[in-house]
Amino acid sequence: MNALITAQNLSVSFDDVEVVHDVSLTLRPGSCLGIVGESGSGKSVTARSLLGLNGERAAVRADRLEGAGTDLLRASDAQLRALRGRRIGYVLQDALVSLDPLRRVGAEIAEPLRVHGVPRRAREGRVQELLAAAGVPEPELRARQLPSELSGGLRQRALIAAALALDPEVLIADEPTTALDVTVQAQILSLLEANLAAGRAIILISHDLAVVERLADEVLVMKDGRVVEQGPTSQVLSRPADPYTRRLLAAVPSARSRGSRLSDAPPLELSARDREALGARRRGAGSSDGTDAAGAAGAPGSPADGPVLQVEVISKRFRGPDGRERTVVDDVSFALAAGETLGIVGESGSGKSTTARIALALAEPSAGRVLLDGEAWSGLRERRRRDRRRRISVVPQDPLGSFDPRWDVGRTIADAVPAETGGPARSEARARRVRELLEAVGLTAAHARRHPLSLSGGQRQRVAIARALATSPEILVLDEPVSALDVSIQAQVLDLLGDLQEALGTAHLFISHDLGVVHHVSDRVLVMQAGRVVEQGTADDVFFRPQHDYTRELVAALPHPTLQETA
Amino acid sequence: MTAETTSSAPATVGPVGPVSPEEPAQPAGPGPAAPPAALLARLRASLPGRIALRVLSALVLLWAVATIVFFLQHLVPGDPALAILGGASANPPPETVAAVRAQYGFDQPLLVQYADFLGGLVRGDLGSSYTMKEPVARIIAEQIVPTLQLTGASLAIAWAIAIGSTLLTAARPGLAARIGSGLEVVLAALPHFWLGVVLLVVFAVTLQWLPVVDDGPAGLVLPALTLGVPLGGFLAQVTRDEFDAASRQPFVLSALSRGTRPGDVRWRHVLRHAALPGIALSGWGLGSLISGAVVVEVIFSRQGIGQVLVTAVTSQDLPLVIGVTFVVALVYVIANILTDLAAVAVDPRLRTSIGGAS
Amino acid sequence: MTALATAPETAAPAAGSRSRARRARRATALRSASFWLAAVVVVLVLLAAVAPGLLAPQDPLEISLGESFDAPSAAHVFGTDQSGRDVFSRVVHGAGQSLAIGLGATAIGLVGAIVLGLLGGLGGRLADASVTRVIEVLYAFPGILLALILIAVYGSSALTQMVAVGVATMPGYARMVRGQVLAVKGSLYVESARALGHSPARILTRTILPNAFRPLTVLVTLGVGQAIVWAAALGFLGMGVQPPTAEWGAMLNAGRTYIQQAWWMDFFPGITIVVFTLSLTVLGRHLQRAADSGASR
Repeated sequence: MNALITAQNLSVSFDDVEVVHDVSLTLRPGSCLGIVGESGSGKSVTARSLLGLNGERAAVRADRLEGAGTDLLRASDAQLRALRGRRIGYVLQDALVSLDPLRRVGAEIAEPLRVHGVPRRAREGRVQELLAAAGVPEPELRARQLPSELSGGLRQRALIAAALALDPEVLIADEPTTALDVTVQAQILSLLEANLAAGRAIILISHDLAVVERLADEVLVMKDGRVVEQGPTSQVLSRPADPYTRRLLAAVPSARSRGSRLSDAPPLELSARDREALGARRRGAGSSDGTDAAGAAGAPGSPADGPVLQVEVISKRFRGPDGRERTVVDDVSFALAAGETLGIVGESGSGKSTTARIALALAEPSAGRVLLDGEAWSGLRERRRRDRRRRISVVPQDPLGSFDPRWDVGRTIADAVPAETGGPARSEARARRVRELLEAVGLTAAHARRHPLSLSGGQRQRVAIARALATSPEILVLDEPVSALDVSIQAQVLDLLGDLQEALGTAHLFISHDLGVVHHVSDRVLVMQAGRVVEQGTADDVFFRPQHDYTRELVAALPHPTLQETA
Repeated sequence: MTAETTSSAPATVGPVGPVSPEEPAQPAGPGPAAPPAALLARLRASLPGRIALRVLSALVLLWAVATIVFFLQHLVPGDPALAILGGASANPPPETVAAVRAQYGFDQPLLVQYADFLGGLVRGDLGSSYTMKEPVARIIAEQIVPTLQLTGASLAIAWAIAIGSTLLTAARPGLAARIGSGLEVVLAALPHFWLGVVLLVVFAVTLQWLPVVDDGPAGLVLPALTLGVPLGGFLAQVTRDEFDAASRQPFVLSALSRGTRPGDVRWRHVLRHAALPGIALSGWGLGSLISGAVVVEVIFSRQGIGQVLVTAVTSQDLPLVIGVTFVVALVYVIANILTDLAAVAVDPRLRTSIGGAS
Repeated sequence: MTALATAPETAAPAAGSRSRARRARRATALRSASFWLAAVVVVLVLLAAVAPGLLAPQDPLEISLGESFDAPSAAHVFGTDQSGRDVFSRVVHGAGQSLAIGLGATAIGLVGAIVLGLLGGLGGRLADASVTRVIEVLYAFPGILLALILIAVYGSSALTQMVAVGVATMPGYARMVRGQVLAVKGSLYVESARALGHSPARILTRTILPNAFRPLTVLVTLGVGQAIVWAAALGFLGMGVQPPTAEWGAMLNAGRTYIQQAWWMDFFPGITIVVFTLSLTVLGRHLQRAADSGASR
């Protein structure tokens, strides 16, 4: 059969800098081609060159580049426009701005109809059919609403409906499930699957191997603008030939990866002295401040001493902009033992981040209480809490936003180092401490003079971890610490966190929407939904033998086969 | 499972992974502030309610303006009755001074005068001018029309410059964008007193294309240009920045991927976003035009409240100054309400209960 | 292809390209040319303010009735006024007073604005509501209107002119300070400082205030230009420094009377103000860009 899309040795450069090199691909009718790669791998640029959408600055070269019977290298602007939307549909990742936020959803879906000459009268009915076909309930209502009034899942369906408006033979979906909750993601993948079954050819672009695995017949793995591996999906994913593909597959955290390392980075080696320095406060207890006497009793890593953090039936209510009260956290209780990792997993809006803020005493619970080392932690005056704050640190999802924009890395970390006794050696001691912390998280002393903006996402997260460790805390609250990172970087950061926990015996409260990540890191797991804890237990119990319907739904929605197999 | 129901938070979604848009601003609680807050929230939830609130706050604003100008008037060093009689140097007999004091109510306690002043405002009575011995309201009524014509024409010119410059040069490759934005900076920096003089000398005195002084439409051209061009440069900068930002948004790529023409995308999608900040600034812009009209009317010897104000300030005719100020504040408040309505017309998100009037 | 450049998902790496490098070089050259030009103008005006005699040896007050209304010539590059005084000398000697009024007004406006803005940004909900209202009310006296009222009340003099312009610029600064303080106060990095257990005083002085005031430096550069223009407008209306003192606004006022016969009397003081304020704007934008890219490096 004739290929719908053929590219031979496709290269794309922007202002003479080549970002895609010699990519060859073929899309056969009715099949799905997956393109996998991390950010900067050139996968989106490759896809856009199939529609001539890389902009004026792009120079596209290829031995052959054909789409839906058109020679894309020689096509005029008008020919390209005739192709877009009519022969090849294109879907972007959902974002509030992937649909024009100032126009009604219906107008956005009608746009391809208008552009390609469907008369005005016929459009409205067609828009509703399309929305219904994309699985949008109440299409009449939705067509009149604005994108901001729709949930992420509905917006993604509307984007797909617009791309399919003229029934194109090919659909290119660029990260169609990113930023969606796992259950919604599963629904979108089903929608794409139904289209595939109906005979439409799909190019599916994702950073997520599991997503591609579910749909693609063939897969292309890209790195730095090159295809490193290409072949039938099952073969590439089960018997990867290229070392990068192997690393990528190994980096995905899951039940299977528990207890093993995800990255091929060497384990962190901390000498006894380094450990002493980093954990000094807990081991050599009884330092300057008075509250330590009580803290030291419950401190070093034996769980028998009782939990370091207790959250007792807390609730949190907010008044919304419409004046109604919403309960964001509802009767949540848990205890965190010294040295253990408790994972909190839930979708957006489940109340997990608010729970973290309450644990950090950055928000007060509306009801219930929190104890730190057996002593009151919530409901106190800030003055009485301040000295004890060093025992509980946070690693945020967005490290950059949590750094003072005026400060370099060294100053950012030094700011967190507790002021010990004064004297001339003080600033030197502080600088030494910053160096030790940077080395402990796999950076070097040279990074101290860099500005966080000049660091990569993974390096920033390492700085955030170093800052969190600066106070030698007993507890680290990790709020989606790896969600913004590429999977291979995520693997390194998770390995680092594991190494540090082993060396220092810190307790982790690990919050994530990603079931695989939570299963990989947690001893015990808490599943939250709409502010309530619906299930808790050991990681294996919760994910392999879920008791609650919602947990079952979550686990079933996971595209990752390894988890499902064992479940 | 609630994931597919409408999520109302207009929070932007992060690059990867769902972020939780929890955490609204106000903590709930049974505090004393709760009932009015709830009432306010209910009013804000509907468009008529929001308009009512808006009008109410406009009235409060006008009351505050009136109060300030009233008490400023009484900060004046010296006796206002003397000012009416031609200043301290005129040396009028004490009986005359007393008569004037009684006539203008200066012998009343301050609070009574304040109440009279507010009562007068409600009836549209702004007192009478010290120097012209005429009701302030009548003077302003005669003079405000040419000023509104001038400012209206200037606002139109300013928007024409902003939209023209943006559509022609913004987000275009090459030199066009740089020239466009450079020109805007220069235009925005031109002071009225200089631009007006140059236009007057070049086009009216030297070339004699247009009359130096004329109350008809021909006489409106130079003053309106003088007033509108600098504001146009300013609005164009704001519009261009927003246009550049909007044209980098994914919805532009979405629209192009459907086969829409690039020009169509600029016009149908991007310009609408780009116009929003300019619209929001137009109420303020009209205010600055009225302030500029003071200078422009003097340059072109045009009738209008600007001229009236200059004369009144120079002769320290306070009732007239206060009257003009109050009317300008009124125009400013009305212009801002109109601006808000225009913003709602362009941005449908403001019509839903969530957008909220800020 | 398409006119709307759709940037690739990763901005193309900066290295290597010839045409891009050329374009970048041209852009920086243009930018640095405008920067140096603006810097030279500002330095010249500052020099004129400090030592006017160096630039214009002629006496700005010397009357020479025989030479009144002379058009610009080699002897008098900016021409002469109704009393035969050299306009160029007067422009140079006027820089000092005009600049002083502009700087003084900006200082007055800033001090008031910082008090208001901090009160609103840090003072809690009630204080913030009041400050917001006050700013809103002040906005209802647009542009130089507030200044005109003050002059009507206190009479015209150089001092009133300065105070009046200062007060008129205050609401704009105040809104900005308040917004900035609130934005910084609600930022993640302030929350991080809180989570580290720093005291409120330390967070305020080390984190909130420095970050909130950072954009003000750029704004002040732009604001001084605005203040000079407003002061000159008042002077133009005859509500500032009185003649025969050499001051830009007063010169504009004098020239207004003779606009049809001696255009240079208004043109040259005016263009001096235009060029100077434009230069301040260019410098301000450079500072801003430097601050932005400094943060991104």
